Amino acid sequence: MVENRPWLTFLTHFVLICGVVIVVFPVYIALIASTHGPTALSSGMMPLLPGAELWNNVVQVLTEQRRGVAPFWLMAWNSLWMAIIITVGKIAISIISAYAIVYFRFPLRVLAFWMIFITLMLPVEVRIIPTFAVVANLSMLNSYLGLTIPLIASATATFLFRQFFMTIPDELMEAARVDGAGPIKFFRDILLPLSRTNIAALCVILFIYGWMQYLWPLLVTTDPKYYTLMMGVKRMAAVSDADPQWNTIMAAVVMAMLPPVLIVIFMQRLFVKGLVETEK
Amino acid sequence: MASIDLKGVRKVYQGNVTAIHALDLSIADGELVVLVGPSGCGKSTLLRMIAGLETITDGTISIGDDVVNKKEPAERDIAMVFQNYALYPHMSVRQNLEYGLKNRGTPRDEIDRRVNEAARILEITPFLDRKPRQLSGGQRQRVAMGRAIVRQPKAFLFDEPLSNLDAKLRGQMRIEIRRLQRSLKTTSVYVTHDQLEAMTLADRLVVMNGGRIEQVGKPIELYDKPASLFVAGFIGSPPMNLLPIAALQAIAGGTMPSLPTGTDIVGIRPDQVVVGSGEGIALSGTVELIEPVGGESHLYVRVEGLDQTLILVQQGRASVGEADQIDFVLPLAALHGFNKESGLRVD
Amino acid sequence: MDTKRTVFPSQGLPYLLVAPQLIITIIFFIWPAGQAVKSSFEREDPFGLSTSFVGLQHYLRLFQEPAYLASVGRTALFALAVTLISMGLALVLATAVNRLIRAGTTYSTMLLWPYAVSPVVAGILWWFIFNSSTGILPYMLEFFGMRWDHQLNGAHAMILIIIAASWKQISYNFLFFLAGLQSVPQSLNEAAAIDGAGPFKRFWTIVFPLLSPTTFFLMIVNLNYTMFDTFGVIDATTAGGPNQATNTLVYKVYTDGYIGLNLGSSSAQSVILMLFVIVLTVIQFRYVERRVQY
Repeated sequence: MVENRPWLTFLTHFVLICGVVIVVFPVYIALIASTHGPTALSSGMMPLLPGAELWNNVVQVLTEQRRGVAPFWLMAWNSLWMAIIITVGKIAISIISAYAIVYFRFPLRVLAFWMIFITLMLPVEVRIIPTFAVVANLSMLNSYLGLTIPLIASATATFLFRQFFMTIPDELMEAARVDGAGPIKFFRDILLPLSRTNIAALCVILFIYGWMQYLWPLLVTTDPKYYTLMMGVKRMAAVSDADPQWNTIMAAVVMAMLPPVLIVIFMQRLFVKGLVETEK
Repeated sequence: MASIDLKGVRKVYQGNVTAIHALDLSIADGELVVLVGPSGCGKSTLLRMIAGLETITDGTISIGDDVVNKKEPAERDIAMVFQNYALYPHMSVRQNLEYGLKNRGTPRDEIDRRVNEAARILEITPFLDRKPRQLSGGQRQRVAMGRAIVRQPKAFLFDEPLSNLDAKLRGQMRIEIRRLQRSLKTTSVYVTHDQLEAMTLADRLVVMNGGRIEQVGKPIELYDKPASLFVAGFIGSPPMNLLPIAALQAIAGGTMPSLPTGTDIVGIRPDQVVVGSGEGIALSGTVELIEPVGGESHLYVRVEGLDQTLILVQQGRASVGEADQIDFVLPLAALHGFNKESGLRVD
Repeated sequence: MDTKRTVFPSQGLPYLLVAPQLIITIIFFIWPAGQAVKSSFEREDPFGLSTSFVGLQHYLRLFQEPAYLASVGRTALFALAVTLISMGLALVLATAVNRLIRAGTTYSTMLLWPYAVSPVVAGILWWFIFNSSTGILPYMLEFFGMRWDHQLNGAHAMILIIIAASWKQISYNFLFFLAGLQSVPQSLNEAAAIDGAGPFKRFWTIVFPLLSPTTFFLMIVNLNYTMFDTFGVIDATTAGGPNQATNTLVYKVYTDGYIGLNLGSSSAQSVILMLFVIVLTVIQFRYVERRVQY
């Protein structure tokens, strides 16, 4: 702040409060909706203050059996594992690929780099059918493998690690070599510990990414036992027209949103670092 | 403890760039040899080839009796001290010191013994449990040396270790390194671009230029009898005055001595120029600038007919002031003769 | 495209290290992409028993098909609207936060978390708000005499997905704008103030131009987002309707291919989208150079 203009400060706060309201509004509505009974929401005149039915709604969501959709907790379980596997898998294969490309010189190196780069230009949406065909041919439909493996090879994590490795001083590796560390020891004793914050930041970002997946699980699962939470929640909401139970739907929505939101709020610094580093 | 022998060692990079032309060098057991030269002369490349961090295009490098061309750095039993210390930032000082020994499977009590001993010698015992980022530059450099000492290697390799320190610290560390090497008696190869460090540390000095060795010998030998124009101009501060015979002939014809054939450049050290009159080539000029360094004064003198500015060193204060005329003499005994084309000394 | 100055001499190990990523990349990215390209040149017979090579027929058909062209236009409108709205709002908010020192972090936390909301959930939330029978916004709009029905009115549907998609993306843009603003040296602001420029003038003549790399970068990312990541938003709200009103290109690939099983046409559409991403990526790497400069 360069000068002291009180009205500008007032304006700043006003703008920000409006911003926060816009941003929070839908979730606030959802929260409110999840705390009321079924009748309170049947008209457009929605109450703006919380009701007392939150616990009932949550219990109902968790225990009800719907046809064509798996139990809520099962879908949450699937989503959790999908996110975890994607996170761990992606970090693992990316960090070793980046290590190979940066610290070794081998004939196919440049080719490998460009092949990995290409994945940036092939989001799943442009290869829906054929990727589905491959997964089906490998009998990976309706499995955790099918949900996760096709998503773990994209380039962003590899590039992040590569960029990070390039900033590590050459002498560190040379000193380690003189100290008798071979490539694997060097990776384990020196490189990995130094990569800790990057790995943590990536964990946050990738977990959120994995949790949020919608299109791919939609394609790859036909058995409700393997539905993910995002799919399930959407199906609940889409049962529409025939008298949707908005209060429970919103309770489910809020619960589905919770894990990533909590992560972002409590690990904000890591999250921000992860976003900024993967896009640079 | 071992000697190091380089025979016909050559290094050519991709694209046919020759970094090191075939050279030979023998380093005796226990000696501290300094490789000195300007940037790009190949001294660091040579050091890294001895270490095993660069491949050798031709020739052999032996440490002790073993030819080590194909061996990994860890197998050569050498230890290296880097310019940027290269301490493992996430490990404590103690862990940094232990790392090399652990990788070799040294028993625990032996590791502890060596680490504590090295810490004692280098006076870093209070820092053993700190991380490198909590230490100052000088302390980090001592830890880097500690890492080399605990290994008890056949040779120490120093890659411009003092370049990142301030002048005062550099002076102190120089003495410490010298003391350490003398007491441990480990063969050492030390790379620097600083000729003062080179002169004071070396048992023997190797001056390199453009991938070749210009001269090898004791520092004083190189100072007193530089074998080439390059060495003459490189060793000694302020640098030797190098003057073309032809121009001198024109100015001081009468006092010119007869010089061996082939001599077309004559050199004289600034502190050997005699102010006033005496035996030798008589010259006279205007004092452009005086640098009073304290114990001595550096005079920059312009002489009619000479392109170069001569540098004279007088003990104590200067006897003249700036813009004054000064007469001086270049004694014959102090002259060094060089042939311009070959760059070599003519005797 | 360098390695470090010194590399490990192992010849076998690097292959082992890149193998997992490369294998998965080949099986699940490159091969299917290749298949998509191949299918785009073929037509299956009605029974799915044989395929014949038809060259560029699918592509030519697409460009003459009103439905496809309409989808292109729709997608362009959608992309433009979402990018402008979410970037515009994010910039305003980032500028505001940048002016504050202490309260800034609190506001930041409150503005960042929507990133964690998935596109599907964002769609559901706004669908609930705009729901014609129970939503709160149509109720309020009625007071203004406006009857909201995104299930019948195509324009309403488009507005709905634009709002939902923009809402979700505000956080991301906000984050990067804030980072960009913070990298503008304070000394420049001070020099300009001394030169007599008021805060608004300073923003437009100094800060905004300096922000252009960030702005440009975000435009590319937002384009990417609207073209591809918004599938969930559309599926959760309008499913491409009513009457194709929100059938963007990416959604069309899904409906034609996965649901309609028209392999050839859907593949051709995919390939076109692929080309678009390639162009975007090339632009991103060429002009937002940071990544490629080592």
